[in-house]
Amino acid sequence: MGYCITSGRMDEIFHGLREKYRIFAPKQGKQYIRYGEVASVSEIVHREKSHFSPKEVFYPIVQTLLYFTDTECRESTLLDEREILLFVRPCDINGIRRLDQMFLENGGRGDNFYQRMREKVKFFLMECEKSFETCFCVSMGSNIAKDYSVAFRFPKEEGGEFLVQVKDEAFLDVFGKEKEWAFEPEFIMENEKKVQVPDIPSRSMVKEIHALPFWKQFDDNCIGCGGCNTVCITCSCFDTTDITYREGSRDGERRRIWSSCMLTEFTTMAGGHSVRQNAGDKMRFKTMHKIYDYKRRFGGENMCVGCGRCDMRCPKDIHFSETIQGLSEEVERLKEGGHQDE
Amino acid sequence: MNNITLPSPYKILQILHETNAEYTFRVACDDQVEHGQFYVLSIPKIGEAPISVSAQGPGYVEFTIRKVGRLTDGIFGMEQGDTLFMRGPYGNAFPVESFKGKDLVVFAGGTGLAPVRSMLQYFSSHPEEVSSVHVVAGFKDRDCVLFEEDLEKFKSVFHTIYTLDNTQAPGFETGFVPSFAKEIPFDSFSDYNVVIVGPPVMMNLTARECVKLGVPEEKIWVSFERKMSCSVGKCGHCKINETYVCLEGPVFNYVKAKELLD
Ligand SMILES: Cc1cc2nc3c(=O)[nH]c(=O)nc-3n(C[C@H](O)[C@H](O)[C@H](O)COP(=O)(O)OP(=O)(O)OC[C@H]3O[C@@H](n4cnc5c(N)ncnc54)[C@H](O)[C@@H]3O)c2cc1C
Ligand code: SF4
Ligand code: SF4
Ligand code: FES
Repeated sequence: MGYCITSGRMDEIFHGLREKYRIFAPKQGKQYIRYGEVASVSEIVHREKSHFSPKEVFYPIVQTLLYFTDTECRESTLLDEREILLFVRPCDINGIRRLDQMFLENGGRGDNFYQRMREKVKFFLMECEKSFETCFCVSMGSNIAKDYSVAFRFPKEEGGEFLVQVKDEAFLDVFGKEKEWAFEPEFIMENEKKVQVPDIPSRSMVKEIHALPFWKQFDDNCIGCGGCNTVCITCSCFDTTDITYREGSRDGERRRIWSSCMLTEFTTMAGGHSVRQNAGDKMRFKTMHKIYDYKRRFGGENMCVGCGRCDMRCPKDIHFSETIQGLSEEVERLKEGGHQDE
Repeated sequence: MNNITLPSPYKILQILHETNAEYTFRVACDDQVEHGQFYVLSIPKIGEAPISVSAQGPGYVEFTIRKVGRLTDGIFGMEQGDTLFMRGPYGNAFPVESFKGKDLVVFAGGTGLAPVRSMLQYFSSHPEEVSSVHVVAGFKDRDCVLFEEDLEKFKSVFHTIYTLDNTQAPGFETGFVPSFAKEIPFDSFSDYNVVIVGPPVMMNLTARECVKLGVPEEKIWVSFERKMSCSVGKCGHCKINETYVCLEGPVFNYVKAKELLD
């Protein structure tokens, strides 16, 4: 069902929703557009792409897993049991399906700490009014998403009217009495930025890709800050650390903290042995995960959804879209050079 | 819902000092563990680490641990009767059933002996289940030798070569593990398997040496060590290409291992 709703009325609806739900959306921070809880539609930044992805709402940067006392090891509980309404873009919905794959499916058993938050989330789709500067979602096949509760077209001018489509019947109660208006969200069908995803003909070519001088350019360019992983909607890796509250304290906790494959410590083992020492090796690992390994393991779709946030974030102006494109060209050259399928 | 990373408390039954830096901890535990699997051991407020089961028996499992950092330091400070937290067992195992009735060759370097020890103990008590067992075990020097009692027992039932990297001592050869591959009478075996466990360089060199001697790659088995945080396929640390070492490993056939490029 579709509806047309004024901004003022939308705020009243938000007010009502907040009794049962927490509403999260991109907000303007000091420096970045980042997800946070909102009370009014006017707080939502929709004309620009958020710098950070929505994942931190249900997969926090740091979370307590277990609490320890002298004698006890206790699972943490959620502080707020309310469900979460999350304003997201189509690429984000597709990206969160990749996170679900890792946390809920990989290894055959679900991760409780992820699941308990994730199952509270309902998607409120924000229609993209245009393709933003670094977006390449169309190339990654993730420009369209159908799996959401409610879709919104934001008013052209502040204070104007919203167009709303309700898919999830649970929200008919909320929107059902508003002015009916035929509306279905439109999706971006072309980005300015286009990339060719490498067509790697067989697993045996991975060895040759591994050895490409192409990766060396990143040894000098990339400073291994991991910023690209931090903003990525599909990066899922984490570390686990224990802490005590004070020196010698008897109480403490076990925490999960986002990690990054671009950091050297990611693979360092006791004794200092680590694999992938150079930035180029790490870039290869990240790139192959995003556009080959994940798909090879799980089938269907590549991990990267082309949200372009990593391109906006990189302090060294490294564009992941160009890395993918560059690798594609290298792979084509390998094919021409007579790569032999084993 | 059953929490897959929640550890449970277990009692330490006994601590055996193998070397200055390696102790074996016997822990009360009734789990059925396959040869080559591991647990994630933890001390609340200190941390977690994956450790191979180095032996098992009625009501217990053993871990042989090298003291290298935060958690392992903490464990070395524990005493008999103390409580350790664990979750597991995790990972796959050596395909021991398919080793039965055939010749078996094991190359182990240093703590690499830990993950194969329980399998060797099993075959030393059931020698009739294998045609023959050859063991090549290497240590840095005499002070680094692990499992002295086991080594004696293995010597009496298996064909053994024990070696020290650079020094000499009674009962030991001198030299690195890979250089002893040529001593193994591969030609006299009808069907056999080769297991190689140790530091990455040692595993690589030994595998290549075996292949050079005509050992088919599919007869070689290795066990990988990678940084792990979750051991349940979520944290991403152990990933190599499309493979998660904590899920599909740590034991790999060399045909697959060779294709894994960090
Ligand atoms: C499947 C598997 C089985 C294993 N089995 C065993 C086993 O049977 N026995 C055993 O002893 N170990 C085993 N290990 C290795 C064991 O997990 C590690 O030694 C352990 O994680 C160390 O934990 P820690 O907290 O004591 O060290 P940490 O405090 O984590 O110390 C190691 C960390 O400190 C840093 N570090 C330490 N030393 C150096 C250095 N010299 N230079 C630079 N940085 C350094 C690194 O960041 C490293 O990650 C196994 C590992 C795996 C994956
Ligand atoms: S790799 Fe970059 S473009 Fe792809 S999903 Fe992650 S942040 Fe978005
Ligand atoms: S690519 Fe850019 S953002 Fe990513 S680690 Fe390198 S320098 Fe940092
Ligand atoms: S150790 Fe976490 S994914 Fe393998």
